[in-house]
Amino acid sequence: MTTTQDRPTEVAKEIGKERRRKEDQRLITGRTRWTDNIVLPGMLHLAMVRSPFAHAKITSIEKTEAEASPNVVAVLTGADLGESQGVLINAWAITTDQVTPTHLPCPSDKVSFAGEIVAVVVARTQAEARDAAELVDVEYEELPAALDLKKSANDEVLAHPDLGTNKSAFWKFDSLEAGTGSSIDEAIEKARADGVVIEREYRQQRLIPAFMEPRSTVVDPTGEQITMWSATQVPHILRFALAATTGVSESKIRVIAPDVGGGFGGKLQTTPEEWLTFAIANRLGKPVKFTETRSESLMVAHHGRDQWQKLTLAADKEGNVLGLKVDLLADLGAYVSLVGGGVPVLGAFMFNAIYKFPAYQFNCQTVLTNKTWTDAYRGAGRPEATFGIERMMSELAAELDMDPLELREKNWIKHEEFPFTTVAGLEYDTGNYEAATALAREMFGYDELRAEQKRRRDAGDKVQLGIGISTFTEMCGLAPSRVLGQLNYGAGGWEHASVRMLATGKVEVVTGVSGHGQGHETAFSQIVADRLGVAFDDVEVLHGDTQIASKGLDTYGSRSLVVGGEALVKAADKVIEKAKPVAAHLLEASVDDIEFSGGRFTVRGTDQGMAIGEISAAMFSAHDYPEGMEPSLDSEATYDPVNFNYPHGTHLCAMEVDTETGAVKMRKYVCVDDIGNVINPMIVSGQIHGGLVQGIAQALWEEAVYDDAGTLVSGSFVDYLLPTAADTMNYEIDHTTTPSITNTLGTKGVGEAGTIASTPAVVNAVVDAVRHLGVNDIQMPCTPERVWKAVNGVGAGGEDPTEGAAAAHFDPATGMEGTTDRTTGGTQA
Amino acid sequence: MAKISLTVDGSKVSDDVEPRTTLVQYLREKLGKTGTVVGCDTSNCGACTVHLDGTSVKSCNVLAVQVDGASVTTIEGLAKDGVLHPVQESFRDCHGLQCGYCTPGMIMQSVALLEENPDPTEEEIRLGLEGNLCRCTGYQNIVKAVKQAAGSGAGASTAGAVAEEMDS
Repeated sequence: MTTTQDRPTEVAKEIGKERRRKEDQRLITGRTRWTDNIVLPGMLHLAMVRSPFAHAKITSIEKTEAEASPNVVAVLTGADLGESQGVLINAWAITTDQVTPTHLPCPSDKVSFAGEIVAVVVARTQAEARDAAELVDVEYEELPAALDLKKSANDEVLAHPDLGTNKSAFWKFDSLEAGTGSSIDEAIEKARADGVVIEREYRQQRLIPAFMEPRSTVVDPTGEQITMWSATQVPHILRFALAATTGVSESKIRVIAPDVGGGFGGKLQTTPEEWLTFAIANRLGKPVKFTETRSESLMVAHHGRDQWQKLTLAADKEGNVLGLKVDLLADLGAYVSLVGGGVPVLGAFMFNAIYKFPAYQFNCQTVLTNKTWTDAYRGAGRPEATFGIERMMSELAAELDMDPLELREKNWIKHEEFPFTTVAGLEYDTGNYEAATALAREMFGYDELRAEQKRRRDAGDKVQLGIGISTFTEMCGLAPSRVLGQLNYGAGGWEHASVRMLATGKVEVVTGVSGHGQGHETAFSQIVADRLGVAFDDVEVLHGDTQIASKGLDTYGSRSLVVGGEALVKAADKVIEKAKPVAAHLLEASVDDIEFSGGRFTVRGTDQGMAIGEISAAMFSAHDYPEGMEPSLDSEATYDPVNFNYPHGTHLCAMEVDTETGAVKMRKYVCVDDIGNVINPMIVSGQIHGGLVQGIAQALWEEAVYDDAGTLVSGSFVDYLLPTAADTMNYEIDHTTTPSITNTLGTKGVGEAGTIASTPAVVNAVVDAVRHLGVNDIQMPCTPERVWKAVNGVGAGGEDPTEGAAAAHFDPATGMEGTTDRTTGGTQA
Repeated sequence: MAKISLTVDGSKVSDDVEPRTTLVQYLREKLGKTGTVVGCDTSNCGACTVHLDGTSVKSCNVLAVQVDGASVTTIEGLAKDGVLHPVQESFRDCHGLQCGYCTPGMIMQSVALLEENPDPTEEEIRLGLEGNLCRCTGYQNIVKAVKQAAGSGAGASTAGAVAEEMDS
């Protein structure tokens, strides 16, 4: 007992500090552990043989030549693997009668999208495996492919003929039926008679998450536990699904997500490649690795978005909104993936956004096609919804000749109206749209830019200025388990954490979330350091290994801080509660007189006290502690959120559009986000910057394009336009703060906010620049060609699909056809 | 098989390699220099950028047999005696990385950029990094990091380091 020890000086608060990241020292020196870095004794390598056809019967697979290739160990087909390969699951059947095709990792009879695996080569080196994959001779009988989303929704060609339909599920929300609002039909009827009805159809193009680290999986079956390392966002879900579908006991599987190079939803998946690596390692009894090429990654790692949105907005002549009707077609691709139709359904609660719609209806039809399956991509359902409503509000403002900010303010929830139950049935806990908008407006110089816009319009400048607005909110922090249950999701939304008090005074924190660039180690250390009053550097955050973090639901949906962080707070608080009686015992005081502050337990009214680390040490030796107590301070908590979490913000974008060439240039971008209390402002800025660029890229550059045969022609970074440093600029960001009242720290999620908000701000600005020329929509991505065509009235918006034959090597007319090998995902032959 | 001898991060190495082996494969698979990573197969992403005799190259686009007799510096050889290079320091200080996958290439390219132009404008930085993709940061803090490193004289210190590298 060291009651005489000097008291520590007041501990500076960690929360709110721009702490430099703990994880960076390794990452900037190349001391990294990406899955592909892992090398094990006797390790074998896989190469996949993939279908070049979108839809075909497999008539024969000739593998003799491949088997005879140097250092090839095995060539395996779906028939060879049989049931040992397991099956890929859909965790969210959005309706109980959802049509869900069986999703085998390696089908043996037919292929349903270009890139699907038909055989696997196992060899001693990666190069030898890839060489031999070229020698596997697969004969196909090509079938008509369901490619176009609208045509597929009419069952013109069936993606899976045995299912008899492409329609997977129809999901509806109606405010009258749900008791959250009035009749949408009446609202529209009323507006048609004596108001305004805006009807638009918008396209959410298909996108590719394009994380920088290609996916990689290593499986080592040589221990009692079969260990899988995988570049995944979801090690816990992966372990559960492997056990559930392969018959291997969950306790025999250990999944590790080591350093993971980005995800953005793209690694929120359980993949054929993981299942095959697992099955083959077990079959051969040897460690096995599979690492994809970039072309494979773009072709078969799941895609995002891909919707048609028919929107009907009813308002009165003064601009008060009366109702919103949403009819979505959502392309699932060839299979219903892990989250699948749940992605558009997440948008169901967000189309009404921050506005007080009396009536609302959301209808969503999910559709199977012969294309790469879709799933979550940063924002997952919410960017689509935000785009739809923010474009529509600007269209309504234009129709009524009102300022689009004033129109929004007229309709949004006022700050004094929180908590507010929306027409979609959610309760928004806090927010202040006025404050965020006022600050954004000032930073942007809104009035000056409007004045400049008018001057340039009056002068007939060839380069016109447009101003775009997005006053967004989103629902994140997935998710209250009971709500997920009501939505028929297959799992809960809780999170787990434990805090281990080590004998040396250090603290180990174990979290069930699994970061891949978000800075969890740093931000969580700040939280625990404050909570327990220990030094930032004395906290170690452990995650991403199911044998260390045995419970968890991983990282997606901006949940890590608001759900995982809350679990951490609760575990830390339990440590303090456990330590109190020990402190009382050692200080010979009553528990009621023990106070805890700044890492120190003190006896009220005395100068007696002990640091929490001293109590940890005392509990380690366990020579003297209260009767009836276990000698441990270690604690854990499982936290199930009580509500979603609702960050919001105002994003303003100024675009210059050359009316002669269609070229667009961003002039200024300002955003003010309200994400509640901020743990680390530096990390938050990084999340916003990166999120903004992904959303801006949807508006201006990115699109996954298929040709008429169902081949992805944007299957490399040559063809899929990821923005570079030269394409982007500095974005001006700031915050207003209304703390969330549904978690202890008052935080809101930030991981997806930038992406959700920015896309409509940019498109609204582009359209605003040329609206006086008769343009009211330009389909994304707003390429110079599309803008030029819109301005010149030669087929704007949805009339102008991106050319499928954009890549010369797929076009017979160029004579270059076949110069890129399509069987192994674009590896050069 | 072809025999090559070269210097990598200050150490002399010698191996028999298949003629088709790329430099990045050689670094990763033969030498265990896994700090350098592969992000694409079309030389677009720049994640594999290293210095070859003082010039930045995409190591997926160079054959191992081409570097016989040369000196290669990877991200693992940039810090000297445990002291970070100013560009490494500024990437950490400015939060110029998130997942860290593009970071080895981004840092090596930034070092080369500053060596050629010790006091670049923002536009020169953005154009100089055009061959390196990052999906996390939106580039804003990467550009800031390079500016900060330039302000701390990283260009000059790099030139010195490269001269030393060439001498060895």
